[in-house]
Amino acid sequence: MLDLHGYGPSIMKGAVVTVELALLSLLLAVVLGLIGASSKLSGNRGLYAGATAYTTLIRGVPDLVMMLLLYYGGQVLVNKLSDFLYYQFDIDWFLQFDPFISGVLTIGLIFGAYMTETFRGAFLAVDSGQIEAGKAYGFTRWHTFRRIMFPQMLRHALPGVGNNWQVLLKTTALVSIIGLTDMVRVAEQASKAEHAPFKYFVPVAVVYLLLTAGSELFIRWVNSRVSVGVVKGD
Amino acid sequence: MPDFIIQWLNTHDVFTATTMLHYWDGLVTTVQLVFLSLLIGLILSVPLAILRTVRNPFVSGPVWLYTYIFRGTPLLIQLYIIYYGIAQIEGIQETFWWTIFKDPFYPALLAFVLNTAAYTTEIIRGALEATPHGEVEAAKAYGMSWFMRTRRIILPSAARRALQAYSNEVIFMLHASAIASVVTIVDLTGAARDIYSRFYAPFDAFIAVALMYMALTFTIIFVFRQLEKRMLRHLKPLS
Repeated sequence: MLDLHGYGPSIMKGAVVTVELALLSLLLAVVLGLIGASSKLSGNRGLYAGATAYTTLIRGVPDLVMMLLLYYGGQVLVNKLSDFLYYQFDIDWFLQFDPFISGVLTIGLIFGAYMTETFRGAFLAVDSGQIEAGKAYGFTRWHTFRRIMFPQMLRHALPGVGNNWQVLLKTTALVSIIGLTDMVRVAEQASKAEHAPFKYFVPVAVVYLLLTAGSELFIRWVNSRVSVGVVKGD
Repeated sequence: MPDFIIQWLNTHDVFTATTMLHYWDGLVTTVQLVFLSLLIGLILSVPLAILRTVRNPFVSGPVWLYTYIFRGTPLLIQLYIIYYGIAQIEGIQETFWWTIFKDPFYPALLAFVLNTAAYTTEIIRGALEATPHGEVEAAKAYGMSWFMRTRRIILPSAARRALQAYSNEVIFMLHASAIASVVTIVDLTGAARDIYSRFYAPFDAFIAVALMYMALTFTIIFVFRQLEKRMLRHLKPLS
């Protein structure tokens, strides 16, 4: 069997951290993406400009730079806010901006921008007759969104969301750079201590490969389920 | 330098002439690293993509495996394996390869080349497989050999279809190159990290570098838009 010199359990623990980080970031990204897509399609100029600025900004800046900015800068901001609250209102509040929180915030923020574009395209792919039908039934805007647009949009969004998820999963490796003890960091420390890079990085790479391959199968399965009523070859 | 810039630099604590030079060195390294990896990656990926479309699984299988592994794992891991791994190869420190690979630039370049070649191979394969069959038939009807129709008909046609996806890959590579700073390369991000730790000024250091990356990104987008205008002119609607 593979001999990892006792590092096996900590690599496993790191893998759990990676998955947690990825799932939480995905949740944040989907929420931001829905807000962003709704703002872009709302017809309100201010909201549209805001969402466009957000997606443009994210596309221009590398994920690592964003992460470093949030990790180091976020702590400075929190410290200032904490000082302010203490001296002005005597409130003793402090938040340690740890790597996990910074990682979730950064990855969620970045993929929220990509999700915005995915959801926007998916909303536009829903037949406009459906919205008119909703109106004809006297649905409110929110009702039309929740009962008609959202369920039908999901099918169109799924391939894009799946792609974003695959990229997101691989982006989580970056959080090891700001000190999160995920499996990449454990492997790095182990390989430095033991002078055996292949022995620790290759298993981690295999875990990533299993995660991406597994998600691929899962997405394919979900896709076949949500497209049950769709005639192929249209 | 114009006087007003010098004056501004003199009054600012973080952005002095020294740090600006440091950023400039970082910019040069980033551009070199990204440009070279994209160039070599593109040259490798065209034959690989052609092999990938061959029906014989013994030919296309290994290429598929290569792209699957490199696209299924994070670039950071690939970089670590190559950067730390090369030094561990028995006896490499006595050969001439060591004079090249002891500089972190080259292991990073190798990792980036292998990664971008994998993604680009799949982009080109997609474009090759989408070639309208009529184009191939027309080339055959003209009596073109396999080599000639690949060179004159299939590859140029696929290049047009691949352009959009490739521009995304170029931007992805620029952004991914930021991780070169973790193996002690002073690229743009590396310069920002140095300046951050010298002055403990996260906002100045990282926002400045973010703006530089944005400028690079939008330049790339602009260049590709011009290229699309030229290469896809025949698809433009009339008037």
